[in-house]
Amino acid sequence: MGNYLFTQPFFKKNGKAVAIYFLVAIVFWFVFLVIIPQLYMLDLSFRSNVPPLARGGPQDFYTMEHYQHFVFGSKTSLDAFNFVDLGVFGRTILVSIMVTIANLLFCYPIAFYIAKIANPSTARLLIVSLIIPFWINELLRSFALRILFANEGVINNFLTGIGVIDQSILFITYDIGLYTGLVYAYILLMMFPLYNAIESLDINQIEAAKDLGSSSLRTHWRIVIPHAKPGIVSGCTMVFMLTVGALATPVVLSSPNTLWFPQLIYQWFNMNDNWSRGSAYSIILLIISVIFVLAMMRIFKVKIGEIIK
Amino acid sequence: MSADVELNNVSVTFGSFYAAKSVNVKINGGEFFSFLGPSGCGKTTLLRAISGFQDPSEGSVLIDNKDMFGIGPNKRPTSLIFQNLALFPLMSVSENIAFSLEVRGISKKDRQKRADELLELIALEGQGEKKVHQLSGGQKQRVAIARALAVEPKVLLLDEPLSALDLKLRQRMRTELREIQKRVNITFIYITHDQGEALTMSDRIAVMNEGEIEQIGPCDEVYNNPLTPFVATFVGENNPLFGKVKEINQNKVKIETPDGDFLSTMNENKKLNIGDEAIAFVRPESLFIPRDGDNFDNQIKVNIESFEFEGNIKNFYATLSSGTRIKFSIPNAIDTSSISSGTKLQLGFESIKSSILPKAQLAID
Repeated sequence: MGNYLFTQPFFKKNGKAVAIYFLVAIVFWFVFLVIIPQLYMLDLSFRSNVPPLARGGPQDFYTMEHYQHFVFGSKTSLDAFNFVDLGVFGRTILVSIMVTIANLLFCYPIAFYIAKIANPSTARLLIVSLIIPFWINELLRSFALRILFANEGVINNFLTGIGVIDQSILFITYDIGLYTGLVYAYILLMMFPLYNAIESLDINQIEAAKDLGSSSLRTHWRIVIPHAKPGIVSGCTMVFMLTVGALATPVVLSSPNTLWFPQLIYQWFNMNDNWSRGSAYSIILLIISVIFVLAMMRIFKVKIGEIIK
Repeated sequence: MSADVELNNVSVTFGSFYAAKSVNVKINGGEFFSFLGPSGCGKTTLLRAISGFQDPSEGSVLIDNKDMFGIGPNKRPTSLIFQNLALFPLMSVSENIAFSLEVRGISKKDRQKRADELLELIALEGQGEKKVHQLSGGQKQRVAIARALAVEPKVLLLDEPLSALDLKLRQRMRTELREIQKRVNITFIYITHDQGEALTMSDRIAVMNEGEIEQIGPCDEVYNNPLTPFVATFVGENNPLFGKVKEINQNKVKIETPDGDFLSTMNENKKLNIGDEAIAFVRPESLFIPRDGDNFDNQIKVNIESFEFEGNIKNFYATLSSGTRIKFSIPNAIDTSSISSGTKLQLGFESIKSSILPKAQLAID
């Protein structure tokens, strides 16, 4: 068996030591860091919530109650549905889709400019200035935005100072701070796949379209965007998944009245000590993310291989 | 419908670098005109100035007597065929061909009709549904031509489109391009560094060097009566014989070289005086091994160094008494089996087949 394995092309190409390292690392990563924790959570999400010592005892049984709770609410509730949690969930999905679209609209022109119009030194400068803010931790960036958007924050003070407004704009209350923070948080994950995709387009393709009479808008629609599709899908899925699962930004920037779905999960795990319910909510989030990826691939007709490329 | 293209004193600068310098040329409607020059000579820059991707820094580009300054490539009556063709890989062949009609809002049905017509013109009937990557090199070439012709441009610009093809296909495409040009009867402006391509296809050529035009004329005139040593050595092959002008008799000039005196022909536009430094040029195919009864104006003693067999001709490399190297070619029909390295020969050439020019830079330095 061992001998058979070592004669495989993969081993011949990389040498024994490197090949074994790759195999072990990949198997470890996939099995221990991805599959086992997810399976454990999946299992947990179908179990009754019992303290660790009661595990395996008579109170530990399989149940749908956590999923039922998400849809219908607690058994003592008078409402037909769990409007609070469903509302948070729906809003999280909806806002995440909007954030993803906003990111795409914001990044596409910049990515195109850097990839195809700017001269090399300007392009480098722009890329560096896009990256540098992200040397700062996500939490700190959120706090910085909070300082900008607070009722007595920099923007309000400035606007009242120059007399444009006489009452503070409630950026935080209306979640403007949150939306801005979410758009900003993962913008690079949209920028770079887009930039890479557009960069690989032969400039002659753009010039040929122009020469054949195409307007700039149509050239983008017919030539650049179809070429950049894998980058668009890749950027959108990453931004969506990270936004929908964001915790730090909503904690710092959302208004006191609104919750982000991961905050809900966090509450079940940490504050209410109900890991089973937290797991159930996490699985729901995971399913939504997978559906989103599949939908994007379907809509844009790209294969998974193209996205990873 | 074809159009005249006129470049009036066109210069294109990038910083302090002149990519094209004071270029004046008038290309007639329906003409097949080539810009020929080594890479970096500015020919592509001129093409971009005509197509509208680059406005000239000085001077003007006129198409149909209309100044094109500030008019973008999508608004000019020109179509450009790119060196790498730049076909759209995500579209079918028909969509590629009809793209220019699509952007003009022409209905799908009419687009399809026109695409089918053009597919017939390029002998690719029924292949419109294929993707570009399913075509061979020559087919892609023809699709690029069809795509450029779909809008019925008045001027077709071609930027070395044959350079990626293998030799046989390239030769066939030369003939095809020429035929297509005759059929559609529009102005073709062709850019190339390959003199064979330029000579076989063009009505007239302009030879360029370092951003400037050295000579414009019909192919045979440029080949037979080069105006500068650069043209003499860039277009076809030529043996330079350096020396001083010894005698002038109308357009016959005797040049004194370390290897003897030679009689050569002076171009009427070039004035030479006795004592001037000059170069007499004689082409490899104009040097003959005299046979009985032959009487050439010039005799030249050579010492054979090596030879190579090319098929239709045999090339010999030889030295003159001064050490100057020359090349001459003998048709394969003539038996040259007795000539080998070390053979001493006397060659002859006619003064009418040799041109003499004032000393200047050669293309092969």
